Amino acid sequence: MNNQYYNPEDLKKFGNISDFQKNLGEKFFAYYGEVFKDSELSAREKSLIALAVAHAVQCPYCIDAYSSDAFEKGWSEGQMMEAVHVACAIRGGASLVHGVQMMNKVKEIAM
Amino acid sequence: MKSLKAQHSFLAEAHQQLEIIEHGQSGDFALVPFQQKLEQSGLYPLTPTQVEIFQVNIGKMCNQTCRHCHVDAGPDRNEIMTRETMQQCINVLQKNPQLKVVDLTGGAPEMNPNFRWFVEALKKLHKQVIVRCNLTIILANKKYYDLPEFYKMHDIEVVSSLPFYTQDRTDRQRGNGVFDDSIKALQMLNKVGYGMEGTGLILNLVYNPAGAFLPPSQLSLQKEYKLSLIRQYGIEFNNLFAITNLPISRFLDYLLQSGNYESYMEKLVNAYNPVAAANVMCRNTISIGWDGYLYDCDFNQMLELKLSGESKHIKDFDIAALNKRNIIIGQHCYGCTAGAGSSCGGSVT
Repeated sequence: MNNQYYNPEDLKKFGNISDFQKNLGEKFFAYYGEVFKDSELSAREKSLIALAVAHAVQCPYCIDAYSSDAFEKGWSEGQMMEAVHVACAIRGGASLVHGVQMMNKVKEIAM
Repeated sequence: MKSLKAQHSFLAEAHQQLEIIEHGQSGDFALVPFQQKLEQSGLYPLTPTQVEIFQVNIGKMCNQTCRHCHVDAGPDRNEIMTRETMQQCINVLQKNPQLKVVDLTGGAPEMNPNFRWFVEALKKLHKQVIVRCNLTIILANKKYYDLPEFYKMHDIEVVSSLPFYTQDRTDRQRGNGVFDDSIKALQMLNKVGYGMEGTGLILNLVYNPAGAFLPPSQLSLQKEYKLSLIRQYGIEFNNLFAITNLPISRFLDYLLQSGNYESYMEKLVNAYNPVAAANVMCRNTISIGWDGYLYDCDFNQMLELKLSGESKHIKDFDIAALNKRNIIIGQHCYGCTAGAGSSCGGSVT
């Protein structure tokens, strides 16, 4: 077993996922490739969305991959950080909006 | 910033660069040999399709000292082509009508005192002439202010580096103030008709990554450039060429200094594309150095990898022998075969 859960070298082995389940792995990578193609949204726009989502799901592999990819596709440092703030705002907001539930409960039981 | 040569850097020596490119800084960095990749693609030995493009590097002198420059050009470089060597080039071009395109590069080719004489002589031979203009030279001194008119008068195709459509990335690579001057120069070129629809005056731009990464899709990037340059500065151009930086000279220095050398090389090797390998520019181009020596490409020229065979110098130019030669390859060639491929005309797939 590795001495750490996240090893940067493992990102290069992502494609090997199909070794244990060929059919589903291949279907996933075909779908993945299709998702990131230029379409209604450009590949460049999708890269920035992926960067924000990578931060929301806190995936170090995805952060590595899409920091490079978004920069390569021409997004500036400032734009990339704004995308991270969007992820942060949604995550923060998602916690905070549950405060309404807390308020509802407290109001229900309080005198 | 000084050139590596003026800094007395060990990387100013071609053999030191080759040592690192082949074996890494530690001496034991082993990647799949480029030759092996070509063999697997059925392309080894790599041979010309037919030499059609005559690319002349008329000097290493430049008004800029860009961080990625594979020529190690700069104001402190004084190696420039003499009129005598230019005349030898003209003689060769006269005798070889199959050499249809002449591509002038440098340094800043315009800084060679015989540049205009050479261009006029080439046009008399009815060659298609490309000048790789760094843009800022147009504003560097009033003796260059009329370059757009000069280019127009001789129907020169202008290819200009603009590594990005924003100031920060451009200036990081090419020096402070370069972006603003480049924009002014592009506006001057547009004003005389370059890049404008219906004029036939071609203005192509070159994108280079400002860092240790590969270019994105050329077509997508061209859309971004067009949109941004027209909206913000009213600038028009024809095509964008996305060019990969090769691990040579100052870009090699950057890779080593930033600790990116090995990962960049791995990136190039992993992105090897056999279709791009079949279309590499050295198959239809011959590169002539400032001193008249012949090379497979401008990169081999900077690594001082002179041609194999008898025809090594412009005075011994033999098109039949050149068309039969084996092209000299090395690990740096991965730069031209990665992803969509890279050439002086952008991606090759």
